[in-house]
Amino acid sequence: MIFSTNPWVWIAAILTLGIFSFLYKENPFYRFAEHLFVGISAGYGVAIYWNNAIVPNLYVPVFQQHNYWFIIPGLIGLMFFFRFSSKAGWLILIPLAVLLGTGSGMGLAPTFQTDILKQMQSAIGDATNLQLGGWGLVWGLVTFVGVLTTLSYFFFSREQKGALKISANIGIWFIMIGFGASFGNTVMGRIALLIGRVQFLLTDWIHVIK
Amino acid sequence: MKRQIPLIIVLTLGIFFFIQFFVPSQISTNIYQTTLQWTLVISAFAIVLAIGSLVNHHMLKIKRRKPHWWNSIVTLVALVVMALLGIFGRVKGLEPLGELYRKLFHYVQSPMDQAMFAILAFYMASAAYRAFRARSQEAALLLISGFIVMLGVIPFGSMIWSKIPDIAEWIMMVPNMAAKRGILFGVGLGMTATSLKIILGIERSWLGGGGK
Repeated sequence: MIFSTNPWVWIAAILTLGIFSFLYKENPFYRFAEHLFVGISAGYGVAIYWNNAIVPNLYVPVFQQHNYWFIIPGLIGLMFFFRFSSKAGWLILIPLAVLLGTGSGMGLAPTFQTDILKQMQSAIGDATNLQLGGWGLVWGLVTFVGVLTTLSYFFFSREQKGALKISANIGIWFIMIGFGASFGNTVMGRIALLIGRVQFLLTDWIHVIK
Repeated sequence: MKRQIPLIIVLTLGIFFFIQFFVPSQISTNIYQTTLQWTLVISAFAIVLAIGSLVNHHMLKIKRRKPHWWNSIVTLVALVVMALLGIFGRVKGLEPLGELYRKLFHYVQSPMDQAMFAILAFYMASAAYRAFRARSQEAALLLISGFIVMLGVIPFGSMIWSKIPDIAEWIMMVPNMAAKRGILFGVGLGMTATSLKIILGIERSWLGGGGK
């Protein structure tokens, strides 16, 4: 077993072990790593916002391109600081209103188009596309039935009895299979991360795996 | 007045950008692009509030000498150091700071991020034990589909039976797709309704004071 001579690898390895130590129980080593992680992540977020949002969209247009219109969003953004004022605290609603108004207006039509119309188009398209032929068409129809029954499960405007109850029951089967699949995928994603960390410890830190 | 002005802003901008989507002119596209840039700047300032809240929380912990208060110093120092390195690391002549920022990201932030999510695998396993116990038909379906999908993405699955990856793919493409589409419909309708309620001033909880 030959340990790495790179101090950064040591730091990464010790902090990884610090996080993993929580599996035994909460301890000072874990708490240190956890607080360091929160601080580093928040600082990273600030730097990312500064470099990717403020510099290209405010600093460069105003100070390098002399496009002074871009001072306006800066001033509106600064209004968030009224949060700390007891008298003018309501002014924080102005930047919030701008974000909500633009966000809602810009998102309304695209959301309807992508989440509703496109999904409907694909569901009907897969169920009626004769070119798929054989099993392709059958699975298209099954998917279509699955979409309809899933929707019927979330239909609460009428009491679920009779045909609606049967449809909702079929819908819950599809939903459960879907949730199971999502759960399986998520678990495997986490396992992949775990393998990655263990591989780092064994390969880069103690050089057991070459 | 304090409520009317924000409501008028939301209504005007909401209707304007809803109509803008249907106007395919160059001016309309330019306005859209510029506003996107503006909203990026405005929302960047919102992070100040989030960071302010974090700093406030940890300062209080230090001030009141709460249990494990020294860990709060670690958080605050890490926050300040990382932010300053990230901001000044791009300035000409201060490149070594940028290099240190990248090292901190690669050897401190990223490994801990991965380790944090990796330990969730263990907790998910114990949660799965409780959720996956086949006590009903629905729970059994959840168990079977989850199990097949997990087996389908590892080599061991195809070692047991060569068809398992195909079945896992079928689960993802047919019943999973159907459920996801149904849920997306609901999400889309919910988002559309909420957007409309915000634009028209029916949804006012964001104004504070319980929407009065």
